[in-house]
Amino acid sequence: MSIETISLSGRKKEVSNKKMTFLESLYLVAIFKGLMITIRHLFTRKVTIKYPEQTRELSPVYRGQHMLMRDDEGRERCTACGLCALSCPAEAITMKAEERKPDEMHLYREEKYASIYEINMLRCIFCGLCEEACPKQAIYLTKSRVMVKSNSDREDFIYGKDKLVMPLDMAINNTKQMAN
Amino acid sequence: MDQAIIIEKGIFIVVIFAITMLFAMYETLAERKIAAWLQDRIGPNRAGKGGILQPLADGLKLFSKEEFMPNTPNKFLFIVGPAISMSTALITSAVIPWGDKLHIFGRDVILQATDIDVAMLYVFGVLSVGVYGIMIGGWASNNKFSLMSAMRASSQMISYEVAMGLSLIALVMMTGTLSLRDMALQQHGMNWNIFYQPVGFLIFLVCSFAETNRTPFDLAECEAELIGGYHTEYSSMRMGFYLFAEYASMFISSTILAVLYFGAYNYPGMDWVAENAGANVSNIIGIFVLFAKICAFIFFYMWIRWTIPRFRYDQLMRLGWQMLIPLAIANIIITGIVILLSDGKL
Amino acid sequence: MLLTIFYILSAITLATAFLTILSKNPIHSAIYLVLCFFSIAGHYLMFNAQFLAIVHIIVYSGAIMILMLFTIMLMNLNKEDEKNKSMLSRIAAVVSFCLVAFVLLATFIKAQPTITEYAVSGKDYQSIKVLGQVLLNEYMLPFEFASVLLLVSMIGAVLLSKKQHINN
Repeated sequence: MSIETISLSGRKKEVSNKKMTFLESLYLVAIFKGLMITIRHLFTRKVTIKYPEQTRELSPVYRGQHMLMRDDEGRERCTACGLCALSCPAEAITMKAEERKPDEMHLYREEKYASIYEINMLRCIFCGLCEEACPKQAIYLTKSRVMVKSNSDREDFIYGKDKLVMPLDMAINNTKQMAN
Repeated sequence: MDQAIIIEKGIFIVVIFAITMLFAMYETLAERKIAAWLQDRIGPNRAGKGGILQPLADGLKLFSKEEFMPNTPNKFLFIVGPAISMSTALITSAVIPWGDKLHIFGRDVILQATDIDVAMLYVFGVLSVGVYGIMIGGWASNNKFSLMSAMRASSQMISYEVAMGLSLIALVMMTGTLSLRDMALQQHGMNWNIFYQPVGFLIFLVCSFAETNRTPFDLAECEAELIGGYHTEYSSMRMGFYLFAEYASMFISSTILAVLYFGAYNYPGMDWVAENAGANVSNIIGIFVLFAKICAFIFFYMWIRWTIPRFRYDQLMRLGWQMLIPLAIANIIITGIVILLSDGKL
Repeated sequence: MLLTIFYILSAITLATAFLTILSKNPIHSAIYLVLCFFSIAGHYLMFNAQFLAIVHIIVYSGAIMILMLFTIMLMNLNKEDEKNKSMLSRIAAVVSFCLVAFVLLATFIKAQPTITEYAVSGKDYQSIKVLGQVLLNEYMLPFEFASVLLLVSMIGAVLLSKKQHINN
């Protein structure tokens, strides 16, 4: 099978350089055909989505802003094992581990926790590999539509624990819902 | 001179001027809307209901933009360019018969600014002068691209004027008059010239596309090669004037097409309306019919724009000189033979 | 009223004609010449010669001057490029101009009685119908000569532009 006959799309047409007849060389018929094609589009359904009022449906695998989860008692799940940082292809995650003090039992679930946990949002590609790598189910990519807010300072794109950890009242709500 | 006539003509001219400007304004919206519809989009719809205030917003934007003047030795010519374009686009409407006549306040008001003997030549003359606006503006911009575009525009317009004039000669031979009012009167009933001069109409149509610098002949503004064409260096309302002039001349050429070939304000059943509802009513309907024809032509202009790609320069010249002009000459000869045959002189 | 318009038009005509000769920039000269042509069309209109005025605008302002501007713009003439003409060619130019002026003057002096004759006949010589009949009946021969002249010049132009092709 020669290369000329292969058609991947199945719509390949051979270009011919045959001499046009007089009627064809006037282009009047061709122009008329073209006009008919364009006028047909006048009556087709418009594909525009009027954005602020209408929004597109999110894909089922949509991945938004990260969140460091708490368990049902409101304690942080993260144990600072560093697997997320290891798996991150963009090397966006850094963290610093610390040992849990006895009086911090109600704050952190594991004996070791992340005292600093930072994601550089300029590097993050929202691939979700951190979520897959996490053995404690501590980091999740939420369905949040809010992406990273624009800013003029690079430092502000490095999100620390203040922005990443799940808010406490949200954890309380979750626990209440679970109890019901 | 009769004072009433001066007042009457004055009011009439102001009204026509306002209508032309209004049409030019809303053509910009129509162009964007039709472009969007033909491309399965919606088009501007934020300013006002369905985008009805968009032209005002555009105008406001153009007026409030910074006026930029390139480093050119011809500041005066730079300013004069858009002015010439605009005024030549507007003064053509003086000889167009917008309707038959109205009987108001006990006097006949002829719906035409002036009925001169050589109206068609006047239209032609104004068209040929219109090239100066583009040429002077493009040259005074002191920019190679502007100059190239001005060259293209002017050579294109001169070339197509020849074919346009030749196609009109056949029409004039048939009607025997150069006055647009007489032509409109001759087309009463369904005696539209399009039925007698289809080839002439086709040539005239193609040429009027070229004369208004519209696609497929918009080589003068060819973005891919010439940035913005002759108005590359223009900004603010000066550029607005060029754009506006293009739309105004599109309106005028649609009007001329309707008047010359599509029976002007005549419509089938005009006599019946005049008998049953009075001459005034029938003539007012006639005005609306003329405007409906104009709108149809404007739509056609836009429809063509989104159908046919731009011609190459050599294709344009070949079409003009080697196809349209011989065709127009053949049309003249055939028309002449037919006229002589029908008169029984041959 | 009419006289004032005539004076204004004449002033414009003369001023632009002189500016055409005197201005250093060739583009400016060309534009002054266009203005001059327009004011001459205004003079024709004052004679009520509508046809002549419009045709003058179409032919001279609309076609010839645009082609002229076209060439000037493409040649990119500058003040520095202007060569001093030799004395001989200057004298030749003056002499030929005087001759042309003499011929024109002679024609116009001769032409005057005809105008009064037409005025007496009471016909409207400005309407295109009468104009066409006069041109194609009384002045058939000069009219055809003019058309032959134009044809010859057209063929000449084509030949000039094809010269290189023929030589190669």
